[in-house]
Amino acid sequence: MKTSMADAGAQTSSEYISHHLTNLQVGEGFWTFHLDTLIVSGLLGLIFFGLMALLARNATNGVPTGLQNFIEMVVSMADDQVKDTFHAKSALVTPLAITIFIWVFVMNAMDLIPVDFIPMTAYAAGVPYLKIVPTTDPNLTFAMSLSVFAIMIVLNIKYKGIGGFTREALTVPFGKYLFPVNLLFRIIEDIAKPISLALRLFGNMYAGEMVFILLAVFAGAGFLWAPFAATLSLGWALFHILIITLQAFVFMMLTIVYMSMAAESH
Amino acid sequence: MNINATLFGQALWFAVFIWLTMKYIWPPLQKAMQERQQQIADGLAAAERGKQDLVLAAERAAEELQKARDQAAEILAQAEKRGGELVEEAKGNAKAEGERIVQAAKAEIEQEVNRAREQLRAQVATLAVAGAEKILKRDVDAKAHAQLLQGLEAELR
Repeated sequence: MKTSMADAGAQTSSEYISHHLTNLQVGEGFWTFHLDTLIVSGLLGLIFFGLMALLARNATNGVPTGLQNFIEMVVSMADDQVKDTFHAKSALVTPLAITIFIWVFVMNAMDLIPVDFIPMTAYAAGVPYLKIVPTTDPNLTFAMSLSVFAIMIVLNIKYKGIGGFTREALTVPFGKYLFPVNLLFRIIEDIAKPISLALRLFGNMYAGEMVFILLAVFAGAGFLWAPFAATLSLGWALFHILIITLQAFVFMMLTIVYMSMAAESH
Repeated sequence: MNINATLFGQALWFAVFIWLTMKYIWPPLQKAMQERQQQIADGLAAAERGKQDLVLAAERAAEELQKARDQAAEILAQAEKRGGELVEEAKGNAKAEGERIVQAAKAEIEQEVNRAREQLRAQVATLAVAGAEKILKRDVDAKAHAQLLQGLEAELR
């Protein structure tokens, strides 16, 4: 699967690795934009959601065929999870879950493209850096988890009212006399949600990508090692299919759980 | 791990895709799936109804068949009865006709007998007169003895 083009003569291993871990960026300081993350995630989203929108527009209520069947399978999987967990009525939660699952999945799936393939192609085309897996950029995972957090706050207020939300934050779980403790617990609990969501996805994908890069370096260490490293890469890629799906599912599932916690008083 | 303005761009993409899904992907798919579910439910219900209808139809057919059989048997019985009646009637008619014919024949015979008797009577008178002529060897005046002959004739009657 992975054949290294890490040319020992031109690059050291650490140069090779840091090249792979550097985003294509413009701007300075905080106002830096990771163009590769933005463009790859945007393109993937536009392609897949555009395709789905096209299919959905032509969806028949007769016997579904081919792609429609597949999309319906994925979409109704997400819908079933929402129905099982989220009991309030909302036009937002199911589309949110579908968006997260599909988008995270296709972005994670970029990890299965051989590590050097896209960056080397881009390099040859004059683009100095290109990280092809957007989910290895914490900016993306935090953007998603903070958006989920914002929606969570909005749903809290929508379903409980500002008064209900405040009362819950102050009195659960120890009653009204311990309100400072309750509030502190609540703040920690809620802040932990977006951080854990973002870091879980980022960590898994970053580590997975790292293993691919290291195996590619390994393969470049000498032609004797190449078949061994290639076999390991293949094994890791097969295992990674599980991880990318699982991470997409976990992100979706936890989002649904947070939404249901926002909609129900506890 | 450097957090920077990419975050805003990604949040924007995320919002765009949620909006796309919410407006153009989920509602039509949900509609199609629900409609299909409804169609399947309707189809199953129709099949169930069809099965019930079939059972009912079979029952009704059996009922009709039984009714037809009963009716046929009844008609057959009536026909047999009517046939018997007709035979009886024909027998009666034939008997009456026969009797009538016999009666007519008897009457004719009697008439014939009477006519023969008349003729015989007339001839007897003539024979008697001729016999008497021969005995007396002379003519008998028919006119003079007409009364006598007529009296003889009446006596023979």
